[in-house]
Amino acid sequence: MSKYTMHILVCGGTGCLSSRSAEIVTQLNKTLEDVGMQDQVQVLKTGCFGFCEKGPIVKVLPDNTFYVQVQPEDVEDIVNEHIIKGRKVPRLLYENPKSKEHVSDSKHMDFYKKQMRVALRNCGFINPESIEEYIARDGYEALAKVLTLSQEEVISEVKKSGLRGRGGGGFPTGLKWEFAYKNTSNQKYVVCNADEGDPGAFMDRSILEGDPHSIVEAMAICGYAIGANKGLVYIRAEYPLAVKRLECAIESARDLGLLGDNILGTRFSFDIEIRFGAGAFVCGEETALIHSMEGKRGEPTTKPPFPATSGYWDKPTNVNNVETFANIPVIFLKGADWFSQIGTEKSKGTKVFALAGKINNVGLIEVPMGTTLRSVIYDIGGGIKDGKKFKAVQTGGPSGGCLTEKDLDTPIDFDNLLAKGSMMGSGGMIVMDEDDCMPAVAKFYLEFTAEESCGKCTPCRVGTKRLLEILEKIVSGRGEEEDLETLKNLSEVIKDTALCGLGQTAPNPVLSTLKVFEDEYIAHVRDRKCPSGQCSALLQYRITEKCVGCTACSRVCPVNAISGSVKKQHTIDVSKCIKCGACMSKCRFNAIVRE
Amino acid sequence: MACEGCKNPAADALYEELETFINNLPEKKGALISVLHKAQSLFGYLPKEVQIFVGEKLGVPASKVYGVVSFYSFFTMVPKGKYPISVCLGTACYVRGADKILEAFKKELGIEVGQTTPDGKFSLDALRCVGACGLAPVALIGDKVYGRISSEEEVKNILKEYE
Repeated sequence: MSKYTMHILVCGGTGCLSSRSAEIVTQLNKTLEDVGMQDQVQVLKTGCFGFCEKGPIVKVLPDNTFYVQVQPEDVEDIVNEHIIKGRKVPRLLYENPKSKEHVSDSKHMDFYKKQMRVALRNCGFINPESIEEYIARDGYEALAKVLTLSQEEVISEVKKSGLRGRGGGGFPTGLKWEFAYKNTSNQKYVVCNADEGDPGAFMDRSILEGDPHSIVEAMAICGYAIGANKGLVYIRAEYPLAVKRLECAIESARDLGLLGDNILGTRFSFDIEIRFGAGAFVCGEETALIHSMEGKRGEPTTKPPFPATSGYWDKPTNVNNVETFANIPVIFLKGADWFSQIGTEKSKGTKVFALAGKINNVGLIEVPMGTTLRSVIYDIGGGIKDGKKFKAVQTGGPSGGCLTEKDLDTPIDFDNLLAKGSMMGSGGMIVMDEDDCMPAVAKFYLEFTAEESCGKCTPCRVGTKRLLEILEKIVSGRGEEEDLETLKNLSEVIKDTALCGLGQTAPNPVLSTLKVFEDEYIAHVRDRKCPSGQCSALLQYRITEKCVGCTACSRVCPVNAISGSVKKQHTIDVSKCIKCGACMSKCRFNAIVRE
Repeated sequence: MACEGCKNPAADALYEELETFINNLPEKKGALISVLHKAQSLFGYLPKEVQIFVGEKLGVPASKVYGVVSFYSFFTMVPKGKYPISVCLGTACYVRGADKILEAFKKELGIEVGQTTPDGKFSLDALRCVGACGLAPVALIGDKVYGRISSEEEVKNILKEYE
């Protein structure tokens, strides 16, 4: 066995792979071989480091040097300078945007300082395709410990930890396990919901890609606790890398006897199978998910009966989300007391967020519950892109709502977000600036839910469609003031009458933006104006007195809407203008405005 | 319209492979979606003939097969282009202007979402979140990810790579 003195970790998450991180790995191996150091330096492709904005990320151990935005062409410098001569490559180091100083250790970066990694503890630290590395970081120790406890003791520990479901609902996990445990049956199932459908959230995928064994271990623990010998992972077919790594993890766990019959010499047997989703957002709802696993259309059914009573093939089934499972091994390693001291009174532990949108540091972050939005957006996220003004942050995806400036100091937890008219959801956090038009954002979400509505119940099938039509009318400048009242009433009806979570929460983006940005809606319907300048149907182009009469705009206009003589101010005929914006991008004197 | 594939000896081999896959399943109960995944990976899409074939082999009515195929967005009943294009319309991409990028692709290719160009070269789809939000807005052509697409010009240049 080789004894490596140095390790080079290369991020193999989807974001970094998209920017050629796989080529970096190949190039590193080749260059190391060229200089004859392949036995001293090991190159590892890890899971997501989280700092996607600065990807691809390469980390050199043991000195903890964190290189950002590395290209395959930079490999030679890393090997020749850092590995051989021991000198860091300054141009690849992260630069603190405020002090302009280079920061080489991620511990000292603002992005990481306020984070606390529990669910993501191994992502970016280990090779996800090696069970040995997981075991070296106390992997499967929690399972071994659990197998010495009684089922009741395991459930009571999870209950004591205060862990709540991370998929969106926030239901206490221990209680859910207890329901499934108390239902007697000759066959029970553990299901991991990895059908991450919230557009803009990618934490489940990153966990599966970066630390698949934690899910395998947690599912086995759950199986032991509720008395199930079979686990199923329902995963999106669109996540090929996560599927591959999970398959690899299941395989190697079987080889070591950590899955299969009589695990660790006990009477407990457990195995895991993978089932593929096929692209339906509603399948994140547990009854719909179960129908999909049975090979049917993924339509939800009314609860009760809950899956804990009658789930997969009518047997008691416990469904938890990926991030929820990722917390389980830690609870048994460090104890429920340790876990429950993190967070707020009713929301314990940490939460992973996919921070994206108009923010400087896009990435995957994990913070203790109770951290304020301000801290997440400004300290970790580095503030708003291009120095623009913060307008809103959308949480909870298509089921959630918008929070504004006045909510920035609210500690984030399940109950606070609900009280503010939004929700935790799976953890998508999209930051918007002054240029984002809120009615258009609401329309964007409704397009999504109207398309993803399964069609089973009328309030959702027809209601979301009607909401969408009204919003389309508003952003295209044909809205009336009565429409706002209709939007509100219809939203309330859908909320009260839809069958499942998808329909019941679908109007949230409308209600929340209507409540917080009512003036913007009114501007659209009463004054026919879009204050953020996004809705092209409501905009007009105008040439100001800055015009020197260079005629560039009139020549570029595709519909000859601009007239004027040379060296005189030009004018736009608004009845002819198709609002393509060609004149504005052509003008060298900033004389054309859009308002 | 007769299925072009059926007259093709290469297609017979695909049907055979699909049948072997079905026969080797540990359990046929509940296997419809996995079989359809396999079928789509073999044929590239799920035409009527393939759906009927799957139904017969699994003992499931063709109507039920169609019900499942039409329910899930991953399954397609029309063949994709040689270079399938997917524009991400996840929220992170949307707030960074993905809708404009999608419009640009539509305009350049002269097709709508869900359609394939007449020469069969490109097909256009919208998808929700690739998970490369740091690179927003993002489009995929085949497996290749194009990130931070900022203008119509850039869309033109991307398409030029496939000429």
